[in-house]
Amino acid sequence: MSKNYRLAEGGRINREHTVNFQFNGKSYSGFAGDTLASALLANGVHMVGRSWKYHRPRGILSAGAEEPNAIFQLEKGKYTVPNARGTQVELYDNLDASSVNCWPSLDFDLMSINSKFARMMPAGFYYKTFMWPKSMWMKYEHFIRKASGLGESPRQNDPDRYEHAHAHCDLLVVGGGIAGLTAALAAGRAGARVMLVDEQAEFGGLTLNSHAQIEGKSASQWIEDTVAELQAMEEVTLLNRATAFGYHDYNFLTVNQRLTDHLPLSERKSGREKVWQIRAHQVVLATGAAERPLVFANNDRPGVMLASAVSTYVNRYAVKPGNRVVIFTNNDSAYQTALDCKAAGIEIAVVVDARAQSSSELANTVRSAGIEVLNGSAVVDTSGGKHVSSVKVMNLAADGKSVSGSVKNISCDLLAVSSGWSPVVHLSSQSGAKAIWNDDQAMFLPGTPTQAQVSVGAANGTLDLKNSLHQAALAGNAAAKACGFDSDMAAPSAEALASEAILPLWQVPSIHASGRGPKAFVDMQNDVGVADIQLAAREGFHSVEHVKRYTAMGFGTDQGKLGNINGMGVLAQTLGQSIAETGTTTYRPNYTPVSFGAIAGQNLGDELFDPVRKTAMHAWHEENGAEFENVGQWKRPWYYPRNGESLDEAVNRECLATRESVGILDASTLGKIEVVGRDAAKFLEMIYTNNWMKLEVGKARYGFMLGEDGMVMDDGVTVRIAENHFYMHTTTGGAAGVLAWMERWLQTEWPELEVFLTSVTDHWATAAVVGPNSRRVVSAVCDGIDFSADNFKFMDSRVGKIGDLECRVNRISFSGELAYEVNVPANYGRYMWEELMQAGAEYNITPYGTETMHVLRAEKGYVIVGQDTDGSVTVEDLGMSWALSKTKTDYIGKRSLNRPDTLRKDRKQLVGLVTEDPKTVIPEGAQLVDNPGAPMPVPMAGHVSSSYYSACCGHSIAMALVKGGHHRTGETVYAPLANDRVIKATITDTNFYDKEGAKANA
Amino acid sequence: MLLIECPYCGERDETEFSYAGEAHIARPLETEKLNDAEWADYLFMRKNPKGAHREQWLHAAGCRRYFNAERDTVNYKVKSTYKIGEQS
Amino acid sequence: MSKYSIFSLARNAMSYHQNWAAAWRSPEPKQQYDAIIIGGGGHGLATAYYMAKEHGMTNIAVLEKGWIGGGNTGRNTTIVRSNYLWDESAHLYEKSMKLWEGLSQDLNYNVMFSQRGVYNLGHTLQDMRDIQRRVNANRLNGIDGHVVSAQEIKAAIPHINIDQGCRYPILGASFQPRGGVARHDAVAWGFARGADRRGVDIIQNCEVTSILQENGMVTGVETSRGKIMAPKVGVVVAGHCSVLADMAGFRMPIESHPLQALVSEPIKPILDTVVMSNAVHGYVSQSDKGDLVIGAGIDSYNGYGQRGSFSGIEHTVSAIVELFPIFSRVRMNRQWGGIVDTAPDACPIIGNTPVKGLYFNCGWGTGGFKATPGSGWVFAHNVATGEPHELNRPFALDRFVTGHLIDEHGAAGVAH
Repeated sequence: MSKNYRLAEGGRINREHTVNFQFNGKSYSGFAGDTLASALLANGVHMVGRSWKYHRPRGILSAGAEEPNAIFQLEKGKYTVPNARGTQVELYDNLDASSVNCWPSLDFDLMSINSKFARMMPAGFYYKTFMWPKSMWMKYEHFIRKASGLGESPRQNDPDRYEHAHAHCDLLVVGGGIAGLTAALAAGRAGARVMLVDEQAEFGGLTLNSHAQIEGKSASQWIEDTVAELQAMEEVTLLNRATAFGYHDYNFLTVNQRLTDHLPLSERKSGREKVWQIRAHQVVLATGAAERPLVFANNDRPGVMLASAVSTYVNRYAVKPGNRVVIFTNNDSAYQTALDCKAAGIEIAVVVDARAQSSSELANTVRSAGIEVLNGSAVVDTSGGKHVSSVKVMNLAADGKSVSGSVKNISCDLLAVSSGWSPVVHLSSQSGAKAIWNDDQAMFLPGTPTQAQVSVGAANGTLDLKNSLHQAALAGNAAAKACGFDSDMAAPSAEALASEAILPLWQVPSIHASGRGPKAFVDMQNDVGVADIQLAAREGFHSVEHVKRYTAMGFGTDQGKLGNINGMGVLAQTLGQSIAETGTTTYRPNYTPVSFGAIAGQNLGDELFDPVRKTAMHAWHEENGAEFENVGQWKRPWYYPRNGESLDEAVNRECLATRESVGILDASTLGKIEVVGRDAAKFLEMIYTNNWMKLEVGKARYGFMLGEDGMVMDDGVTVRIAENHFYMHTTTGGAAGVLAWMERWLQTEWPELEVFLTSVTDHWATAAVVGPNSRRVVSAVCDGIDFSADNFKFMDSRVGKIGDLECRVNRISFSGELAYEVNVPANYGRYMWEELMQAGAEYNITPYGTETMHVLRAEKGYVIVGQDTDGSVTVEDLGMSWALSKTKTDYIGKRSLNRPDTLRKDRKQLVGLVTEDPKTVIPEGAQLVDNPGAPMPVPMAGHVSSSYYSACCGHSIAMALVKGGHHRTGETVYAPLANDRVIKATITDTNFYDKEGAKANA
Repeated sequence: MLLIECPYCGERDETEFSYAGEAHIARPLETEKLNDAEWADYLFMRKNPKGAHREQWLHAAGCRRYFNAERDTVNYKVKSTYKIGEQS
Repeated sequence: MSKYSIFSLARNAMSYHQNWAAAWRSPEPKQQYDAIIIGGGGHGLATAYYMAKEHGMTNIAVLEKGWIGGGNTGRNTTIVRSNYLWDESAHLYEKSMKLWEGLSQDLNYNVMFSQRGVYNLGHTLQDMRDIQRRVNANRLNGIDGHVVSAQEIKAAIPHINIDQGCRYPILGASFQPRGGVARHDAVAWGFARGADRRGVDIIQNCEVTSILQENGMVTGVETSRGKIMAPKVGVVVAGHCSVLADMAGFRMPIESHPLQALVSEPIKPILDTVVMSNAVHGYVSQSDKGDLVIGAGIDSYNGYGQRGSFSGIEHTVSAIVELFPIFSRVRMNRQWGGIVDTAPDACPIIGNTPVKGLYFNCGWGTGGFKATPGSGWVFAHNVATGEPHELNRPFALDRFVTGHLIDEHGAAGVAH
C-alpha cells in the first residue's frame, strides 16, 4: 500500500510500532498513535462513506468529536460497533472497519442513484407524498426504513463488561487542553480534590499541534510536565479517554471512560467502559472550540477538510492530507494552517480570504513566506469526482452578500476551510446557562451560569493562548477558594497573539438562482443543504426548532456540532433577522454517544438487574425441586413438581395432601411490621377498617387497609403480642409501601401518637403448617405450648420453643384448614423447616408453593389483594362489610365510602362461579357477559379474577367481579374466549369448601 | 439529579429519597362533616405550582423520616428543607 | 393552497421548490374570535381542526406560547395503540385509532402512521392475568388484540431475550396489530395546515397571561400580544394545565412530572414493531430514520423543567439491554424530557369547568400522543356545543367528586 502521505518525520506517532488494519476488506498499515482517520489519510484514503439521503461520496472533514462523515462499522460479529467516528477511533492491531450506508460497495453504490432524484427529495418531501393508495404506506415505509439508518446493530450478545463509579470532588475540570490543565494545576497545588477528564488518549487538546511556547518551553513539553505534576498529586485524578457527556442539576456530571477500545481485541481483558457519576462542588469547563466549515456549492466533496484538522493531521499525525492545498477562510486561524502545510512540504496554491483585508501578524507571516493570499474572495464551487481536483474562486463583496468577476479555477487535492470557531458550549448549556450570541466574535458564548461552573479558554470564546491560560488560572484559583483552599497561582506565561476580526460568512453567495445549482451542505451527515433551510422558511417553519425538525438538521450522530451554527446563520439570513433573534436549538446530553451497555453497567442479569430476595429456606426449596415465582423482589416456591409432574398435577397432589393430612408453606415473604407504643392500638384503629382497641393480648385479627380513596390497599392478620405491641402482616408485594404509608401518617399527621414502626420481614422465617394433621406436627416440634383445641384457639398466638430456640406460633389460616404459622429468627429458618418436615414425615407432610396456596384460599373465597382487587374495589364489593367498623367515627378511607359512586348498587362485586362442565377452568382474566351474541361492543358484566381446578371440590372454581353480583346468585353468565369458545357459568357465593368452617376451628 | 439536604442526615443524593407530594395538606378532623366536593378537594385537588412548591420527602434509604422541602419546580433548586411541624 | 401529492412534488421540483406556499399563515391576532384554543400542540391543533371541519367554526384562534408542537407533541415516543382496559378509555382511544387510520389522507399530510403492532410484555403471573383481562375486554369492545406466548414473541422479534432464567423473564404479551408509531412533528404540522386551510388563525409566540371572566363566564384572554376576546375558550396545555387553572381561579387534580425519553444513533432496521414493558420499565421502537426510540419512566417529583434525573435514564437503559442484549454496543445519542400532567386515575380530564364557556382537556399523563386525533375530535364537540360528547362524558372533572374514577393503573396491583 502506498504511504505517500506520511511525512518523513514529526508527529506524535510511534513509528517503531506499525499497526496493520483493514478498511472495506483491504489491508493498510499505520502507526501506534494514529486514529483510524489519520491512518487512512496517511494511506491516501479520503473517501470513507456515503451520505445518508443522496449517497454522495464523503470524506474525512475533521479530526475530532464533531466529525459528521467518517462514520464506520467497526469490527464484525459480537465486537461490532455501529457508527464509530474514525476521527476518535485509536488505531490498534487488526482493526477492521467498513463504510456504512453504501451497497454493494463504497465506490459503486447503487443508492447513489438517489442523488439523481435529489430534486424530488427536498426537505420534508415524505410529508407530501407516499399517501396513496392508503394501503401502500407500510410498503413505502419498508423501503424508507431500509434506506435510513447508518451502521448495523450487533446481532450477538455483547461479550464486554461495563462498570459504574461514583465520585465526589471539589473541582471537576472538563477538558485536558492547556486551559483545563492550568485550572486543575491551580486548584491541585492548593490541595483541592480535583478530577480532570479528557476525551482524548493524550492530554493537551489542540495545543498538541501547536508550536507555541508556554513558560519558556515548547507547549508539548509544558503539557508533559504539567500532566506529570498533576499525576503526582494525591488528591488529583486524571482520566483520559473520558468524555463528560451530560451535565445535570446540582453539578452532577456523567463521564464515560473508554478502557479497552484502543486495544486489539485479543488484549481486551478489563471492563470496556466505565460511566462515572460525579458530584463536583465546582466545575471548570475547558471544552475548547470546534472550527466551522464554510458553506458553498459541493462543499462536501472528499478532500475538503477543516483547516484546523489539516494542521492536526500534519503536526500530530505527520500526515499530509494532500499535496496541493487551497485554504479558504474568513478569519485568522487558518493562516496557521498555511504555515503548518508549508513546513510539511505541502504546496499551497493560495489562501482565499473572504475578508477584504488581512494584515495581522500571522497573515503577514504567511505572505512573507511567499504564499499567495486572495483577499475579498471566496471559493464558490469544487470539482472532482470522488475527490476534489479543483476549486472555483470569485470575488466576494465586502459585506459577503454577493460574488462577482471572473471565475478562477485553481487545481488542488485538498481544500482547507475555516468559518471561524464555535466554543463547545454543550455542557455549559446543559447545565442551564443559555448560550449568548456574540456578533463581534460570530459565536455563541457560554451564558450566565446557574450552577457553580465557569467556562475558560476556547470554550469561553478565548482563542489565544495567553488569555486562555490567564482565565484558567483564575478559574482554578477561584474554584479552590470556594472549597476553602488558599490558592493564588499565577498564570503560566505565553505570548499574546493579536488577531483580526472575523467576517461572518454563513453561506457563500451562490452564482445560481435560489434553489438551483449544486447543493451547498450545512449538515453533512443528514444531507441538509442551504436550499432545504430556505424551503423550510418558505413553508412557514420559522422557529429554529421547526427548521431542525423539518430538515433533520442536527439530528445525526454528531448532533450538528459543525452544521448547526451555520444553519442558524443561513436561517437568520433567509428570514432577515439576527442570529440572536433566531436562537439556538437546545443542547442536550449526550455530548457524544455512549454505549447503552455502559449506561446499564452491571445492573443486568438474573442477580443484579433488580435485587433478589430469598427466604432462609430458599436453598431447601431448590434442593427439593421447587419451581419459583417472582413475587415483588422475592423468589417464592411456586410448586414442587415430582417425577416430571405438570403444574396442574403437582398442585392437585399438594392440595389433596394438605386437605387430607398436612402441607407446609414458606410464608416468610409476607410483610411483617412491629407496631409498638402507647398509642399503637389507637393508630391501628385509623389504619384498619375494623376495631382494635379491645383485641385481647395473644389474639390475632384480620384487617383491611384502605387508601384514602376508600379502595382496598392491603390486608393481613395482626397479632396483639402485648398491650402496646402488635405484630402486623402485610401482603408480600405491599410491605414496603404499607410501612412508608403508616410512617407517613404517624410522622406528618399524628406526630402526637407514640407509636414506633419496625420492618421485621427479614428478621423472621415463617412456615405455615396446614391441614388436619398440623396440630400433631407442630406439637411434636414446638415445646412449651399447649396445642389443645380448647387452649390454643383459632386466631390465638403463643410463644414456645424449638429446642433452645424461641418461636412464635400463630393459629391463623389462609386455607380454611387447621393451620399454624411458626415463626423463628430468620437464621434458624431452615432448621425449623427441617424439624417440621421431619416431624411431619409420618403424615406425608407435603411442601406446597404459591399456586396451591392460591387454590386453597380460593376454595374458601379468601381474596388476594392485587389479584381479586385492582385499586377500584371496596371491602363491600368483596362482600366483606363485616370488616368495616360500624362504631368508629373515622378511619383512613372511610369518608370515601359515602360518595355517590361507592354507594352505587351496580358496582362490580365479588362472586363465585361454577362452570357448567365441572372440568372446564375459565381462564383468569376472562370477561363475563350476559349475552355472548350481543353486537360489538358487547356489554361486559365483569371479569374472572381467580380460577382453578379444585381437586378437593372435584370441579373448577372461580372468583369474579360482576356488576351487582351480590344479588345475582344462581344466574348464568358467559365467558367468551379469544378462540370463540364460550364458557357458561353460574354465579355462586365464594365459599366452595367446608362452608361451616369446621376445619379451621377443629 | 437532585441533591437534597435531609434535616436529620445532611446532603444526600436524590436516589436515597422518595417523593411524597404536596406538603401541608392537613387531613380534615371530622371527615364525615365534609360534603363530597370538600372531600374531593382534600383528596385530589393540588396546587401543582410552576415555581415554589412545598412538598414532602421521605429519606427512604436513610433515616426513614419525612420532612418538608421548599423546591422550585422549574429549576429544581431546593431553597430549604425543614422538619415536619416546623416552618421554613 | 395546493394539495400535497407526488404530482405537486414533481411540479414544484420543476420550479426548484420556489413556489411552495407556507403550510400555515402567521396572522396577527384579531380582537375577537368565536372561540380560542389555548395550546398549539397536537391536541389543541386537532381540536381547532375538528371544530372547523366537523362543527363549521372557522373564526377561531389557536394561541401557542412558543412554537407549535414544541411541548409533549415533539417530545414523546410516538406510540399509538387503543388496547385500554376500561370501556371508557377503550372507546375513546379506539375512536382515536380509527381517526389515525385515515389521518394522512384526511389531512393531506403524511403523518407516517405505521401500523407495525404493539407488544405489551408480561413478566409475572399477575402481569399475564392482567393482560388476559385487558385483551378479552378489548376484543369484546371491538379492538384487535391477542395474547401471545414468549415463543411467539421470539418468532416475531428475533432479537428479544426470552431466556426464562433472567431476572424478570418474559412470560407472554398482548399484541395489538393495529398499534404502531407515527411521526410526531408531522401530526402537529398536518393538523395546523388543515386547520389553517379552513380559516383557523394559528398564533405562535403568544402566551396567555390571564383568563378574563365576567359573572362566572369566560370572556377572553390576556396575552403577551394583547387582549383577545372570545365567548368560548378551550385549554389544551399539557404540562401547564394547573397554571392555566390557577389563572381561571380553580384547582385541578393534576400533578406535573418530568418524563424522559432517549434515542440511539441511527442504525439499519433491526426492530420492526413496538415493545413495551411496564414491569421492567422500558419501551422501544425504531423510527423510520433508524433511531431506537426509548421511553423512560416518570420522575417522582413535580417538575416543569423538561428534564429529569439520570437515575431514571440509567434504569430504563438497563431494562432495554435486559430485553435486547444485542443493543448493548449500540450507543445512546440524545435524551430529553417533557412535562406530563398526571391525574390520580391515570386518565384524562376532558370537559366543562366551574367557569362557563371555559373547557379543559388535560391530564393525559404519559399517553397523550396516541389520543391526539380522538382527543381533538371529542374536545371540538365539547367546545363547539358546550356539552361533552358521549365519548368524553366519563372523563369529566366531577368524577373526582362522585368517585367515579377510571382507574387505568389500578390493574397493576400488589402481589400476595
